[in-house]
Amino acid sequence: MSTLPLIAHRRPDAVVAWRGSTPVSVRQFLGEVDHVAGQLPPGQHVLNLCGDRYRFAVALAACIVSGRISLLPSTHTPEMVRQMQRIAPDVFCIVDQDAVNKAGGGVDLPTFGYPESAPMPAANPAAAPTINCPAIDCEQVIALVFTSGSTGMPMPHVKRWGSLVHSVRAEAERLGIGAAHAILGTVPPQHMYGLESTVLMPLQSGAVLHAGHPFYPADICAALASLPRPRVLVTTPYHLRALLKDQATLPAVDQLLSATAPLSQDLAREAETRFGAPLHEIYGCTETGQLASRRTASGLEWHTLADVRLRREGQTLWAEGGHIDSPTGLADVIDLVGDGFVSTTFLLRGRHADQVNIAGKRTSLAYLNHQLNAIPGVQDGVFLLPREDGPDSIHRLTALVVAPGLTPAALTRALRERIDPVFLPRPLLFVEALPRNATGKLPSQITQDLLATLQAQAATGMPA
Amino acid sequence: MSEASQELQNDVAQLIVSTLNLDISPEEIQPDTPLYGEGLGLDSIDILEVALAVSKHFGFQLRADNADNVRIFSSLASLTQHIAANREK
Repeated sequence: MSTLPLIAHRRPDAVVAWRGSTPVSVRQFLGEVDHVAGQLPPGQHVLNLCGDRYRFAVALAACIVSGRISLLPSTHTPEMVRQMQRIAPDVFCIVDQDAVNKAGGGVDLPTFGYPESAPMPAANPAAAPTINCPAIDCEQVIALVFTSGSTGMPMPHVKRWGSLVHSVRAEAERLGIGAAHAILGTVPPQHMYGLESTVLMPLQSGAVLHAGHPFYPADICAALASLPRPRVLVTTPYHLRALLKDQATLPAVDQLLSATAPLSQDLAREAETRFGAPLHEIYGCTETGQLASRRTASGLEWHTLADVRLRREGQTLWAEGGHIDSPTGLADVIDLVGDGFVSTTFLLRGRHADQVNIAGKRTSLAYLNHQLNAIPGVQDGVFLLPREDGPDSIHRLTALVVAPGLTPAALTRALRERIDPVFLPRPLLFVEALPRNATGKLPSQITQDLLATLQAQAATGMPA
Repeated sequence: MSEASQELQNDVAQLIVSTLNLDISPEEIQPDTPLYGEGLGLDSIDILEVALAVSKHFGFQLRADNADNVRIFSSLASLTQHIAANREK
């Protein structure tokens, strides 16, 4: 059995996290992991909702050392939580005070409260000079990450310890991140990017994670300024744009990382200049985790992480090698660079046509349509993608719906139960019928024409 | 409510509607209705947009070092109150 250690830090007094300006040592972290693992209820599946990134990391590690599997759905709406419970009836959630403040009480599942006030093992500097770091089986399943699927049922993707560790070590190597770095994230750890780049990468490169999850630009800057250098900001195009727009001066940073949505070269260059740091984008998908990176300001080509390569075979593009356990087909539109069928360099031409990405949150049109049509009273309905005008701005979805017995407010309330708020349609337009053709399909041009007519009527105040 | 704070509340409602391109008139935003979730239906993307607009128009930056984030945006009235207490222009 091959194993890899829970964390890469080697000295018991090394710093593993910053909670505000308080450092947390490896000894303390491992003690807390042990303590939490010993208190967890019997269920084998966990929804880790901790808002404090340090507590999330402790809870995650406690699940790993006790053989539990973390569930990472794409959203935490009541309907998605019910689906998680159908998939794993023994699931329970872990919440801390931050999660309770934010969600006003968490989700409708058996709940384990993070033991925040319980006495943790005292940090005794005279304790053993070496650490006893748990070794984890590379084959152990750590997480199930869910994509939207096309049938309304979320699709699980298995994440094993060995593959996860190799991918984040490759990421740290690409970015030159090691024991000296402090890492601040503006993304939640409950999705793949945040899990990989703000929790597992620091733990597996000996770096230090910041426990916060700042939201407003002024808070992001204050948290950055509080960290010793070298420091890293893990963020998204949406937060970067807000930072550059809102803040007259930005704290110096040593590495910027962006993912979840493509960044324009203009924004990348401005960010590099104003933060005084290189900016790398990470590309990946739920099925494979992170695959490649690029320094956007100097070129649009993506370079795969260590030993990963892409191979074209007929119409299918496979990602394989490196941390990828078995060749995995990619849905995005990709051009390989070079003459052969195999390459480590590529250009991303577009996302899979069905995929929806708004401010870094992902789902599929098929999933949204399924949820819309499952609402009692909806006879027919369809979500439409916004027209793109540049990668740096945010657009909302539109929906056309036939639901004569429902009010807009009632329909919006029902949708809110089922889909993430960022995907709620704006506008939501009621129609008498959808322009389906003889085979029941909705030709995109005709649908767009109908939408344009409805919007023109709305603009002139005519009844729709 | 004083005339000045009523005026500020109208300005804030106008700012929300124009920043987010909402399909309603500023007068339709009830002072005590939640801005988040049910109610006006704003989400975190909207909140960040409004925060940027507030910083531009009123000359101060929103912070959320504590649980204030949720409280500030709990209603038009509470956001107006927060702006009145912190504005620099």
